[in-house]
Amino acid sequence: MVWFRSSHSAVKRLFLLGAGLFGLLTGIWAQTQISGKIKDTKGHPVPGASITVKNSFDGATSDSSGNYNFSSSDTGLQTLTVSSVGYRPVEVTLQIIGKAIRMDLQLKEEPNELKAVTISAGSFAAGDRTRGAVMSSLDIATTAGSNADITAALKTLPGAQQVGEQEGLFVRGGTGQETKQFIDGGLVNNPYYTSVPDISTRGRFSPFLFKGTVFSTGGYSALYGQALSSVVLLESIDLPERSEIDASISPIIVGAGTQQLAKNKKYSWGMSYSYVNVAVYFGLVSQKPDYFKLPAFHNADANFRIKTKGGMIKYYSTFAYNELGLRTADIDSAYLKNAFSVANHNWYNNLSWRENLSNGWKMMLGAGFSTNLDNIQQTTQNTYNQPHVFPDSIYWMKSKSFNLNNKQNLAQGKAVFEKRISGLSAFRFGGEYWYSYNPLTYNDTLRSLTDHLTSFFAETDIYITNDLAAKLGVRYEYSTLLSQSDIAPRISLAYKTGKDAQVSAAYGIFYEKPDNQQMFFSPGLKMTQATHYILNYQKMSKDRIFRIEAYYKLYSNLVKTVPISYNYFGYNNAGSGYADGIEFFFRDKKTFKDFDYWISYTYLNTKRDFMNYPTKLTPDFAATNTASLVMKRFITNWKAGFNLTYTFATGRPYYNFMVDNTGKYYTAAEGYTKDYQNLSFSCEYVPSLGKIKPKTFVVLFASMSNVLGYNPIYGYHYSYDGNIKQPITPPASRFYFVGCFLSWGVDRTQDAINNNL
Amino acid sequence: MKSILFSFMMLGALVTSAQSDKYVTAMKKNLDLFDSAKTVAEFQTVANSFERIGDAEKAQWLPYYYAGLALSTTGWMDPKTDFDANSTRINTLCDKAEALDKNSEIYVLRNMSATQQMLVDPQTRYMTYGVKAKNDLEVAIRLNPDNPRIYYLQGESLINTPAAFGGGKDKAKPLFEKAIALFKTDKPKPLWPNWGLQQSESELAKCQ
Repeated sequence: MVWFRSSHSAVKRLFLLGAGLFGLLTGIWAQTQISGKIKDTKGHPVPGASITVKNSFDGATSDSSGNYNFSSSDTGLQTLTVSSVGYRPVEVTLQIIGKAIRMDLQLKEEPNELKAVTISAGSFAAGDRTRGAVMSSLDIATTAGSNADITAALKTLPGAQQVGEQEGLFVRGGTGQETKQFIDGGLVNNPYYTSVPDISTRGRFSPFLFKGTVFSTGGYSALYGQALSSVVLLESIDLPERSEIDASISPIIVGAGTQQLAKNKKYSWGMSYSYVNVAVYFGLVSQKPDYFKLPAFHNADANFRIKTKGGMIKYYSTFAYNELGLRTADIDSAYLKNAFSVANHNWYNNLSWRENLSNGWKMMLGAGFSTNLDNIQQTTQNTYNQPHVFPDSIYWMKSKSFNLNNKQNLAQGKAVFEKRISGLSAFRFGGEYWYSYNPLTYNDTLRSLTDHLTSFFAETDIYITNDLAAKLGVRYEYSTLLSQSDIAPRISLAYKTGKDAQVSAAYGIFYEKPDNQQMFFSPGLKMTQATHYILNYQKMSKDRIFRIEAYYKLYSNLVKTVPISYNYFGYNNAGSGYADGIEFFFRDKKTFKDFDYWISYTYLNTKRDFMNYPTKLTPDFAATNTASLVMKRFITNWKAGFNLTYTFATGRPYYNFMVDNTGKYYTAAEGYTKDYQNLSFSCEYVPSLGKIKPKTFVVLFASMSNVLGYNPIYGYHYSYDGNIKQPITPPASRFYFVGCFLSWGVDRTQDAINNNL
Repeated sequence: MKSILFSFMMLGALVTSAQSDKYVTAMKKNLDLFDSAKTVAEFQTVANSFERIGDAEKAQWLPYYYAGLALSTTGWMDPKTDFDANSTRINTLCDKAEALDKNSEIYVLRNMSATQQMLVDPQTRYMTYGVKAKNDLEVAIRLNPDNPRIYYLQGESLINTPAAFGGGKDKAKPLFEKAIALFKTDKPKPLWPNWGLQQSESELAKCQ
């Protein structure tokens, strides 16, 4: 090398300078020790955190005690970053000048929607992607005894009574009217098919329309009102996974439908039609009532869904027509019959639009319209099925022949706006408007009710930490029909006590308009009221759920029947009552292989003075102890599942109230029915399971209720003179169902692969 | 004068080649740590080191790939892993890698990440994560049909699927054999992944 021949000292200086520069650049000579401890806000060490000098290879991972230690060859002003999954990353600036640096840092937990505590007091969630869900949407269909009816599946959870002769959810000492159903936030005015005396009718909606269900047994959010006991919140599915055509075939119901998903997956539309006719089934399985018009149901529905920039618009419309006619023996006479017939038209529409706006705002708009027309006729008939007319003096028999034409129209609009505040905390507010018009013609007399119900509500979710959350809300309602306004507070809290465990509490006041039937005759009625106090402990891991809940409900302004004369009575709000109890729920999918079971137990202690009750009594729809055991076993090799549901409830009270000569009701007779038991079985066979791209998806389904052939008595009817007592029993001992469900889809996997290339 | 200039130029050259040597040295060192790692904590440390290298280098996809591979390994080792959080992290690393170089190895890693998420609850998740995992391998085949690791993972998926659902040892065997044949002719570029032969051979033994 030529330059070594120059003077030694100059070269030495140059070499040293070069080496020094080299040293500076490669850092061989300058190494700084950086160490410290990483802790979280509670002072616990955070292992596995990554500590890095930004834009360099230097760094370390904290050990099990949170300690880290590494040497850096960088100098000058540097940024030290610390990151760990589940925490907010932290950056600090350092001056690296050769002296060892000690840097202890604290990491703050990232508000994590999946890990944050959820308020579980007073509600059960069912759904596939719902947090804290106790059931999946498939559970609703496969629970034995449910026959794919949402209400029937919810009756296996604690809180709901086993009332077999009337439709509806009777929750914690409340009547079926005290529970309301909502789809995407909008009220469903007629969730069940028209009532038939002593026969419980089904819900109108298939569980497959919904991706999530929340069954609130009390203390529900300020976004909902007009239900004293409970709400069922149904969330409809979004875009389907693929286009498909489906068909269902069984001796009772046949149906077909299609869902079409656009190629760009931005919108979908669909429609379906089904027809129910029980002629074949009733021919095979005898029924107690004498059906002169066999039940027949037509159902058609249509929907579309459009994905918008930050949300979705959904529209769902369903039209149903059903008719039936049956004869039952008249209780007040030896040979007469009551012939009851009903023809119902129902049209339900729901349009909703949810959108994520900018700056953390969310919007949910909904509009709905429904109309329901019931043509009901009852005639007292003799043995030849000819009408038998009674004079006015025998008013109790004359009133059993009537013509009723009841139209219920509801138009509604709802708007909810939500803004994310820091972390997971949010504030929401909005309003809703229900316009209801209900003309009723009873034996040529027309009465009608019109109500404009306006509500405003505001609610805030406050996440103090990931472990402590509170929900505070208030709801204001004004009804023009009642000329009454109310303000209802709603408060709930949840505190995470340990891994997967939490304690929560809820308090709220709830108002509900009296039934339309009562409003027709006493327009001066006020809203009924209930106050809820709920305390809950829950431990929920992936495969096991344990819940225990205690509640106290105080009712006031309940509607009481006031006899005026003969067959006429009025109503007032002088009633009151209470309900308290403890409920218990345990679900286990882990202990036994492929075996999934849950146990519900409800203890209900309730008394109320309402309707024609002479004093505070346990209502006839309340059983003190109710328990359900639901079992599901899926045998993977057979691709088949078997389900059993056993339900037990202690006897319900029954009463006969009569009017004494002072014009007051008194208890002429009372007692308790025998205990209620039911064992239901169902099974499903899914041959296409496990095939990722099946052309045809098939499910074969069979079910039988009341396997043990138990004869329940739900209550008793009394004759007008109080001497004859007739048990209320189901129309048939068992219900059998066999059906096949087929679905043909269009495979879009190739598109998914091509999109990735 | 010329000599001084020359010495600085030499210094410059030494410095830049030292930097890419620095990258290669760091990668080799961490690959050795990867091979010798035995505990979840050691794999997490190695993953963090690789991510550091990726963030500092900014133009290299391999560090992000190995970080993801190390995290995926912790998933196979520890059934108590929070798979959703872990796979979210692996997928972010895959996205960073793919932005620099779209290749079949990244899709092989994506497949393992999706498979781990599916295994959290196979009954509910096979239609979402199971289908995604399958699609990731299909994309990997189109990017490089001679990548032996693809066929090893296809075999793994079949051997762990019940025969009633179209899986089983008989279906898996030809895939492991194809993987082993491709491993023999596979000539990965320096630092590129070369794992999988040993695993394929032991799985094939199970199928005999």
